[in-house]
Amino acid sequence: MSQDFRLENVGSINRDKKLSFKFNGKKYFGYEGDTLASALLANGVHLVGRSFKYHRPRGFFGAGVDEPYAIVQLYRNNETEPNIKATEQELFDGLEAKSVNCWPSVNFDIGAINNFLKIFLPAGFYYKTFMWPKSFWYKVYEPFIRKAAGLGVASTKHDKERYEHKYEYCDLLIAGSGPSGLSSAYAAAKNGAKVILAEDKPRFGGSLLTSDVNIGNQSGKDWAEGIVAELKTMPNVVVKNRSQIFGYYDHNMLVMSEKVSDHLPKTKKYHPNKRLWYIRAKEVLISSGSIERPIVFGNNDTPGVMLSSAAKEYLKVYGVLVGRNPLVFTNNDSGYETAIEFKKHGVDPIILDSRKNPTSEIIDEAKELGIKIKNSYVVVAAKGYKKVKSADIASISEDKKKLGKIENIKCDCICVSGFWTPSIHLASQSGNKTKFKEEIDAFVPGTSKQNETTLGAANGIFSLEETLKTSFEAGSELSKKITEKNNQVSVPNVVEKKSSVHDKFWCVPLPAGKNYKRFLDFQNDVAVSDIEIALKEGYRSIEHVKRYTTLGMATDQGKTSNLNGLQLVSEIENKVVPAVGHTTFRPPYTPISIGAIVGREVGKHSKPTRKSPMHAWHEKNNAVFVDAGVWLRPRYYKKGNENLFEGSKREAKNVRSNVGVCDVTTLGKIDIKGPDAAELLNRVYTNAWLKLPVGKARYGVMLREDGIVMDDGTTTRISENHYHMTTTTAQAANVLSHLEYYLQLVWPELNVNVVSTTEQWAGAAIAGPKSRDLLQKLFPNLDVSNDGLPFMGYMEGDLFGVKARIFRISFSGELAYEVNVESDNGNFMWEKIIEIGEEFKIQPYGTEALSTLRIEMGHVAGSELDGRTIPYDNALEGLVSKKKDFIGKRSLQRSAFTAENRQRIVGVVPIDKKTSIPEGSHLVKDANAPLPNPKLGHISASCWSVEYDNPFSLAILKDGKNMIGEKLFVMSPLKNKVIPVEIVSSHYVDPKGERVRS
Amino acid sequence: MLYIKCPHCGMRPQIEFSYGGDATVKRPELNKEISDQEWDDFVYNRKSLRGKHLELWQHLSGCRQWIKVERDTATHEIFKTFKANEEVA
Ligand SMILES: [Zn+2]
Repeated sequence: MSQDFRLENVGSINRDKKLSFKFNGKKYFGYEGDTLASALLANGVHLVGRSFKYHRPRGFFGAGVDEPYAIVQLYRNNETEPNIKATEQELFDGLEAKSVNCWPSVNFDIGAINNFLKIFLPAGFYYKTFMWPKSFWYKVYEPFIRKAAGLGVASTKHDKERYEHKYEYCDLLIAGSGPSGLSSAYAAAKNGAKVILAEDKPRFGGSLLTSDVNIGNQSGKDWAEGIVAELKTMPNVVVKNRSQIFGYYDHNMLVMSEKVSDHLPKTKKYHPNKRLWYIRAKEVLISSGSIERPIVFGNNDTPGVMLSSAAKEYLKVYGVLVGRNPLVFTNNDSGYETAIEFKKHGVDPIILDSRKNPTSEIIDEAKELGIKIKNSYVVVAAKGYKKVKSADIASISEDKKKLGKIENIKCDCICVSGFWTPSIHLASQSGNKTKFKEEIDAFVPGTSKQNETTLGAANGIFSLEETLKTSFEAGSELSKKITEKNNQVSVPNVVEKKSSVHDKFWCVPLPAGKNYKRFLDFQNDVAVSDIEIALKEGYRSIEHVKRYTTLGMATDQGKTSNLNGLQLVSEIENKVVPAVGHTTFRPPYTPISIGAIVGREVGKHSKPTRKSPMHAWHEKNNAVFVDAGVWLRPRYYKKGNENLFEGSKREAKNVRSNVGVCDVTTLGKIDIKGPDAAELLNRVYTNAWLKLPVGKARYGVMLREDGIVMDDGTTTRISENHYHMTTTTAQAANVLSHLEYYLQLVWPELNVNVVSTTEQWAGAAIAGPKSRDLLQKLFPNLDVSNDGLPFMGYMEGDLFGVKARIFRISFSGELAYEVNVESDNGNFMWEKIIEIGEEFKIQPYGTEALSTLRIEMGHVAGSELDGRTIPYDNALEGLVSKKKDFIGKRSLQRSAFTAENRQRIVGVVPIDKKTSIPEGSHLVKDANAPLPNPKLGHISASCWSVEYDNPFSLAILKDGKNMIGEKLFVMSPLKNKVIPVEIVSSHYVDPKGERVRS
Repeated sequence: MLYIKCPHCGMRPQIEFSYGGDATVKRPELNKEISDQEWDDFVYNRKSLRGKHLELWQHLSGCRQWIKVERDTATHEIFKTFKANEEVA
């Protein structure tokens, strides 16, 4: 099909560049500079989709962001994206798009049967229809809704596109490049202010692109082009097109989505698809213009019915006729402007004006051109199913209640103008309490809430002259405050045609005996009758009506429906519109890709990855890594075909029989210095710290103020006023903040400094009966005998020229040491340990073996210190000082914490000594008890005991102290397991702790 | 996103901070006998005010100082910020 509806030599498209595209599988042509909508209309395609609820045929209603329903599924570069407005999507060569909401096809749609089953989807259909019977939900309702509803299909593939985030600061942020945006930007830029001017469309100029006005002896369009060209040369100005400011957040932060690549067949190399700008502005100028308001009449959703401003834009910007036989239905002069454009391009429109006898320069011009005008006339209903074929029209009485005789006239499109609605979304999002402006039947921003100023049509000012005057002034005054410069710019003179007042008329009454659907919200299929039902059923608050009927919801956010909905509610309720009030405008103003919001924080970039200095060695030696917070830690070192179970068992066994080495760099480390350091530790930990000698380490537990264990670890006194604290990997950051909190706010009198040294030290744990022999060879000049370096002792040494700290501490329960060196020497240390350890059959071990070793020793870790347990629960009550006070001590007196049958850590062994116990399983008395089966406790950690060669678990069990020897059941509904178990001591191996002291 | 003036570093975006709750809560002195009620009030009971509220924030990704922020919980307006040891007028 050729572009039958394209005019020659009209519009600002590039006719030298012909583009081919496909819609619903059919091939068409358009030009560079087209939108998908303008290109389809040029080809005479009006049917784009089916509506959300009733599956009625839908076409184009707007020409840009105002479009409620021309939403398509886009295919670009082997990817697909839903929820694309055809009116905003720029055409590129090879573009493919498909209709949404239709099945099996846009021309024959099964869901359209809803349109005839009126009872099926009235107001509140979400709440009424799909409720009962319950069993229908999964099998009938949900599949039906999934198939029939939705505005497209999300891709299930990984998104290959790149999205960037950018943070920016400016003096003035200007949203919209129409007359008010350009004027204020220009004035502010001349004062040297840092200006960002954002335009959501590809072309700058807003209404100047389509209006017949003159500024400074140029056409409005030429003036706009000149201003933009000059702004682009100024170093203090950023001018952005295809950039939508969609949200106004706290403290003057606005977010803008820049479509960098959507207009191209494929994103260029090194370019993002979209860029999300977080802009902190000193002043915000909202020049977002206004959106034409529909007039409500029967079947006003038929393809071919559209806003008169959209028809004008298709004609003037794209050279496209939306019809050859247009009917213009208006209550103000804007409809005349569209009719005049039609007439000038050889098309004969008919104007129906609801007003009785309006006069103005614009109307005079229309009359002079010989345009047929019918006053006090309205469209009663559009006729035609997939496209407007004719219209039922009638005269209307002065009180707008009675219709005259219905006549039918042929037409192929109906261009509607019900006056203008300022786009106040951004102002409202800033917290601005809007006010109702009677003269324009619409809300405008009230007193500024943040630093926002609303200009031009967005502020309800529809005269170009006044818009330019106030906007130049605003740009100049606001920038002057910031830059303290005052370069006056003169306001150019304006020639515009004066218009007359609009008719406060918005809805055509139903003719007797007719039951036409009259739509208010085109995106959500909300008709006049739906609102009537909602009010009849007792909904009063406009917020409730919105939710019950879905009026003004979803991606449209009521752009075209909001005010007509309010008019209707106020009419039925016999209130004035401001008394009804409007619903809350929420960001985003238009749909924003999830990809743009996520930005680059995807995949491995979703969080930082921290690696120890020995990471390369682990990789080389077949380590299988596991995420430990943001760290990557070796889980086990794979030998041959070993799996996790076999590998970790081998490593753990080797620790118990020879010696192993484990990378413990990830442990949190905090350096504590100052004369009051011991006092701080004494207040933070539950046990006593004032008498710890230099060169000794001590294990400590710290609580939150509510008595719950926060963390545990060892702290070593390096010198008189210098301590080295270790924390668990997971709690490192929280513990530091915790210490800073008390030092800065609660006990500022303590002379102590704390600083994280986690990254400064690389750590290796050497554990096993042969660890002392190995240590001796690593530090031949040190006395590391049991007397020279006893359990919990500390010394410093020289590791082949590298300064090292040696701690005799043990997590594995074996004779063990931890050696720390500066991070840069971490790998050197590690390789020395491996090299010299060879004669002692050293093997590296990962976190899985480490877990096994600590679990069978009954040492608690994160899975027991889970934010729900107190010291007693972890059998750590021996570390709780009775003499001194400390953080959280008072909470331990709570009756629940001192109850006789308080939960406590125990060991759990399966009776058959074979079946592994899933972590997280529940412990119950009777496996066959009726549900809900009372839970006695849960399995916190499980391992395969290498000491006894059978499964062993730790559990937090109610009355654990008195449960040793009891037989219970472990139940895991997730794994469908019921395991008979025996409760034993949590200290399964070496209960007296002799090995660590050996 | 809030824009918070750290008294040590200047205006910084909210992402650099972490929230620390009511700044008017005083921890009972150590070793002092106190009632269950007093302790409960300190640990658990908060007013959840609508309006002006003095709260703690830590400039976590900056100077790491805990600061006091006087903020309207309904409008998010920040009136004034204080150093940890500064007297709030
Ligand atoms: Zn700071």
